[in-house]
Amino acid sequence: MKLLMTTAVSALVVLGTTAAMADIKLGASLSASGPAAFLGDPEAKTIEMMVEQINEAGGINGEKIDLVLYDDGGDPNKARTFATRLVEDDEVVAIIGGSTTGTTMSILSVAEDAEVPFISLAGAIQIIDPVHKWVFKTPHTDRMACEKIFSDMQQKGITKIGMISGTDGFGASMQAQCKDVAPKYAIEILSDETYGPQDADMTPQLTKIRNTDGVQAILNPGFGQGPAIVTRNKAQLGIDLPLYESHGVASDGFIELAGAAAAEGVRLPGTALLVAAILPDSDPQKPVVTAYKTAYEAKYGETVSTFGGYAHDAVDLMTNAMKTGGSDPAAIRDALEATQGYVGTTGIYSFSPEDHLGLDLSAFKMLEIRDGGWTLID
Amino acid sequence: MDALLQFLLSGVTVGAVYALVALGFTIIYNASDVVNFAQGEFVMLGGMITVFTYQAGLPLPLAAVLAIAITSLVGVALNKLALEPARGAPVVSLIIITIGASIFIRGAAQLIFDKQLHRFPSFSGDQPIHIFGATIVPQSLWVIGGAVLVFIGLWLFFTKTLTGKAVLATANNRLAAQLVGINTGWVMTLSFALSAAIGALAGVLVTPITLVGYDVGVGLALKGFAAAMLGGMGNPKGALVGGISLGLLEALTAGYLSSQYKDAVAFIVILAVLFVMPQGLFGKSTTERV
Repeated sequence: MKLLMTTAVSALVVLGTTAAMADIKLGASLSASGPAAFLGDPEAKTIEMMVEQINEAGGINGEKIDLVLYDDGGDPNKARTFATRLVEDDEVVAIIGGSTTGTTMSILSVAEDAEVPFISLAGAIQIIDPVHKWVFKTPHTDRMACEKIFSDMQQKGITKIGMISGTDGFGASMQAQCKDVAPKYAIEILSDETYGPQDADMTPQLTKIRNTDGVQAILNPGFGQGPAIVTRNKAQLGIDLPLYESHGVASDGFIELAGAAAAEGVRLPGTALLVAAILPDSDPQKPVVTAYKTAYEAKYGETVSTFGGYAHDAVDLMTNAMKTGGSDPAAIRDALEATQGYVGTTGIYSFSPEDHLGLDLSAFKMLEIRDGGWTLID
Repeated sequence: MDALLQFLLSGVTVGAVYALVALGFTIIYNASDVVNFAQGEFVMLGGMITVFTYQAGLPLPLAAVLAIAITSLVGVALNKLALEPARGAPVVSLIIITIGASIFIRGAAQLIFDKQLHRFPSFSGDQPIHIFGATIVPQSLWVIGGAVLVFIGLWLFFTKTLTGKAVLATANNRLAAQLVGINTGWVMTLSFALSAAIGALAGVLVTPITLVGYDVGVGLALKGFAAAMLGGMGNPKGALVGGISLGLLEALTAGYLSSQYKDAVAFIVILAVLFVMPQGLFGKSTTERV
């Protein structure tokens, strides 16, 4: 009965906000369905939840947010149509969205032309390099994941590595970025192997890496089942080299799939959100990630993901900018660019005219798997 | 030397996975000339149903048997609901129906189960077996053993049993088969049930190695189909040899040439073989009567 009451009340609240013709219009185009749904679905849920929270708390400077959310299904053409509709028909003052790099690039040109601030939730470095005046993004780049891994290798005195990468979009992109940034950390890639995203066995590639003279560690950029199989195969072959995985598999599911014994000692860069429970109380991100994790899991009954975290930070950054900038797109953009030291789930953001990502390497925590659980290294 | 042995063991492991999927294509093809592109989905269902019933508390063997039984029913339903109403349609239309069915099953699995990857424990532990410096996991032996057993079973079925010959007769000429008293409708139902069961068995055996998710069927079906084409569609021996050859080709290319080219080399060899022997290695050459 109580549950029913709460549902009824919250339904009324939602209805009330739309009926009141809210004053600040926020647009979003996300890939809530289709092949990129694992990104867009938690993002859409997060944005809906947060807008609801903000409006329940009285809105921004007394004005409610009216969220206009479209599902582009991961299709860049649809994303462009929806972005145009958002600026022309819905007349939004800001846009969040672009779950994938493809959809982001479509929205990007529309937002630039219409001079509407836009926060992207996609990974590629091209979104903010070169800097576009109206475009910002919250997820860290593949390049930063590579740099975090390489700096950890440097501390351990590792200079020669073997790489085994997935040939899917994620793996291929990170493989290229890692190869590009490796010289900066004096890392030499002696062996560069790949595997298909659906492959069942990677022992030939790992045998080649093992038989390459001088390899001190193995790096596996990949997503999905590949990294779990690589980890199992490495244990099967008894290869006694440190194994580094990417941020793409930073979840409890990975330990389960790879098996706790095989995954023992694997290191990877992850965000604070995934290790909320083991963060020290002194960590500035602890309250933010704990609050978001608790609220999301209570509302939707599923575990939070890094991707939902990107959306969380985007909504927070945008609404904070609205608090100072009001409902004028140019003022919101200026306030956004002036953001300093905002603590989000992904990291601590400080934007500048030259940097529209605003994160540094501290956004990643180096994690190690021990006894089937996560341990913070730094 | 131990590197070569490792490549061979890896090739046989992967090859046995392909062979098991390829064997599943055989029965339906033999009964109706239809290449069932939903075969990969049967493999996925075998794995997924086992995962979820095992998580629900059933012992693993029971979960596996249940998964195989349920998948057979799905196979029968596919025949009754999608293919039988289209009886008389050209084979190409029926093949397209199976593609549609595979998309439908994938979508349903995404809703009924979830979008995550899953795994259940290996049957005989994860302790690798060492052979002259190379290693193989016990589960690979299960997969290889399973592929060989299914092959022997199918070979006996098609050559020694009346039912198996009835299946072949139905494919050869449905009307003539009916005239000699074969219940062709029942043969089709049986062949879908058996194919689905073999697919599900493959799913149960390979999941501890390959992991399972709602969308693994497409990749498996593609490789299994390539293996079946290489060996000769419809011939159990061809499916076994084709699967193992494909696995060995991939592993040796990855080991000695470059892992970037392993799929390309495998497909080039398949094309070359089909160019010289259009029926595959063991396929019967048939003459079309006009």
